[in-house]
Amino acid sequence: MHGEDFFFQALVYLAAAVISVPIAKRLGLGSVLGYLIAGAIIGPYGLGLIGEEGQDVMHFAEFGVIMMLFLIGLELQPQMLWRLRGPILGMGGLQVVATTLAIGLVGMALGLPFPTALAAGMILSLSSTAIVLQTLNEKGLMRTDAGQSTFSVLLFQDIAVIPMLAIMPLLAGNDPGAGGQAGHASASAAWVETLPEWAHTLVVLAVITAIVIAGLFLVRPLFRAIARTRLREIFTAAALLLVIGIALLMTKIGLSPALGTFLAGVVLANSEYRHELESDIEPFKGLLLGLFFIAVGAAIDFQLVASRPMLIALLVAGLVLVKFLVILALGRAFRMGADQNVLFAASLAQGGEFAFVLFSFAVQNRVMTSAVADPLVGAVALSMALTPLVLLLNEKLVLPRFGARAGAERAADAIDVKNPVIIAGFGGFGSIIGRLLRANGIGVTVLELDSDKAELLRKLGLKVFYGDASRSDLLHAAGAEEAKVFVLAVDEPEKVLHMVHTAKKHFPHLVLFARATDRTQAYELLDAGVQHVYRETLDTSLRAGVDTLRALGFRAHQAHRAAMTFRQHDEHAVRELRHLRHDAGGYITEARRKIEDLEQLLLAELRDHPEHVDAGWDSAYFVEEPGKRE
Amino acid sequence: MNERPFAHSVLILFAHPALQKSRVNRQLMHAVRDLEGVTFHDLYEAYPDFHIDVRREQDLLDQHDIIVFQYPLYWFSVPALLKMWEELVLEHKWAYGKEGVALRGKKLMSALSTGGRESLFCREGFNRCTIREYLEPVEQLARICGMEYLPPFVIHGTNELTGPEIGRHADDYRRVIEAVRDNRIDWEAARSFPRLNTDLDAVIRK
Repeated sequence: MHGEDFFFQALVYLAAAVISVPIAKRLGLGSVLGYLIAGAIIGPYGLGLIGEEGQDVMHFAEFGVIMMLFLIGLELQPQMLWRLRGPILGMGGLQVVATTLAIGLVGMALGLPFPTALAAGMILSLSSTAIVLQTLNEKGLMRTDAGQSTFSVLLFQDIAVIPMLAIMPLLAGNDPGAGGQAGHASASAAWVETLPEWAHTLVVLAVITAIVIAGLFLVRPLFRAIARTRLREIFTAAALLLVIGIALLMTKIGLSPALGTFLAGVVLANSEYRHELESDIEPFKGLLLGLFFIAVGAAIDFQLVASRPMLIALLVAGLVLVKFLVILALGRAFRMGADQNVLFAASLAQGGEFAFVLFSFAVQNRVMTSAVADPLVGAVALSMALTPLVLLLNEKLVLPRFGARAGAERAADAIDVKNPVIIAGFGGFGSIIGRLLRANGIGVTVLELDSDKAELLRKLGLKVFYGDASRSDLLHAAGAEEAKVFVLAVDEPEKVLHMVHTAKKHFPHLVLFARATDRTQAYELLDAGVQHVYRETLDTSLRAGVDTLRALGFRAHQAHRAAMTFRQHDEHAVRELRHLRHDAGGYITEARRKIEDLEQLLLAELRDHPEHVDAGWDSAYFVEEPGKRE
Repeated sequence: MNERPFAHSVLILFAHPALQKSRVNRQLMHAVRDLEGVTFHDLYEAYPDFHIDVRREQDLLDQHDIIVFQYPLYWFSVPALLKMWEELVLEHKWAYGKEGVALRGKKLMSALSTGGRESLFCREGFNRCTIREYLEPVEQLARICGMEYLPPFVIHGTNELTGPEIGRHADDYRRVIEAVRDNRIDWEAARSFPRLNTDLDAVIRK
């Protein structure tokens, strides 16, 4: 690529992102939609600032998806993955099979030959990992029942791509080896595919075992050595090297690179370099993913759409509807709550990025003609672009209905008492506060984002509103005007900040009690003007510290007072260091910043340690005196 | 308590907020803590956050017939936790009042240390009042609850005590607690002294 040309391209992409994403976020559309729209505008069918090379960019940017799965793996401990095995295999497997059949049948009904219909069914059963996870993350829905299930299904789909690639040539009656070499991303897998089937399997197993073993025993000393150089960029380079290396290795043996890096992430989830890796890979992932979304937006063939609008519209509607219904039925079968189920189905009712690769692969293998594939590719791209919009509509129009239904039920409950306390988030933290208050005769109103939990709590007689507590209308419905205290006990720091802003703006009389997961979040909340900030691990760790002191022979009351003194000191320090933190110039990563905070704290402790604790109970002064007197 | 090999069961309620700084009370504690027939109850260790379990305390009182308050005198009073114990545990209708008969007939004794010398505790002295006068609140508490108030075991001038002297006081304390438990105190003789441990040989029967 010509140098100047490259920079012009970079300028176009970056400018598009920088302009459109903030606008989209401001309008409440989310970043994914912002990128997609930007892509459509600058694409060959929009302003035409980028042309056919958009396809190459998309292939390149798919690496963002790989990085995302690596990061997701880092967040997911192996034990957690093991616990998800049921949903992944059960839900994911059923979703792929049922959707394939449903779409395949529709295809055959429309007159497609069996192999073509089956191939289309398989390809369209896949959803878009990138768009869905990014959107759900942004909305803070990943930890809900629907979020977890969606993730499980997406993970299975990533695995399912591999057999699909293998089956495709068979459908055309071709020799799989010959077909596999053409075109698609894992074309360079040639040498493995020349091996007999059993040897291939053996190689795959050996490589996966090697990744796990290397992750457990090799990567840590390696990173330790690299960290010792104290060169930040080398650590970043090593992190990138790791991800790219695994991706290439997986491609070589014919596995999905996304799956491989996901696995590597899981293996490293327990290592001490996890946060460092996260903060290093995160910006690359964000940019590449953004680039990917732009490329998807640019790939939407508006000419095709314009030339056959009815066909495309029907295809998109049909695709979304079939997938939506299949997944809805699946959610029911797995006994998901109604509104969680709707979220689950809406999240996955689109085509995925793998479809672009698989359709061109199918055409190369003559499973289908490009006359069939092209409109379908267009429909997939449009359905992806529509996903953030669908989720937005779900959030604004559909979900409130569930809330409203619940509201109607509640209105039937005799008298509606005005509760003085609103608690957002009824997880481990919020529920203890709620129980304590109820035990002391104080009524609480709960705002909960997980609708299944909300339903359960409602059954138990609590006043529960389902929904996002950062919405002022929901707070209003929950009686924020009459309430005195608003307890923010939600997991996601961003959500909490959002709620603080909403509450401060619309209900300034509310006293805010906010939970902070750590010191960094505590700083943010204090900066946002919250007076009462509770770091969730502080009191627990102090209790453990008290017990440790007692086990070492300290008097119980002495240990208790030591902990109280420490807490006071620490709360004071948080408020002091908050200001220092802004003085530190330039960009420091969170991990780095946390270490520096800790350093400051430990130094302050050494400096301020009082010589006489509880001097009021001290008689040491008097014991010496008589000797002097006499 | 299935059988009672001793004449009395003794409950020592020990209150010291900073035992790690203690010279005298630590020795006293070690001298009596493991005595048979004696329950040594370390209040600051049991309730470091002042969250007193009232039911448990009342049960303990039920199970014993001689109660000893052991503490260092701070500002002429019992330590804060023991004061709170009095306020919470000695409930109306349980410890006093028409129906409050739980403690009736039991005996209460103070065992305390003071930093100031014995000579300070008199009209002419710096502290103006006698130690018995400073113990009036406890004595009155005993009266109201229907308990007999025993002469106190007092160690004065703890700041000037040497190690061996403290050891002798600890031995005395152990002798007193054993004698109380075995009902070997000559209370007539004891009342003639300002404190129980002025002359132990004159007070404890063989």
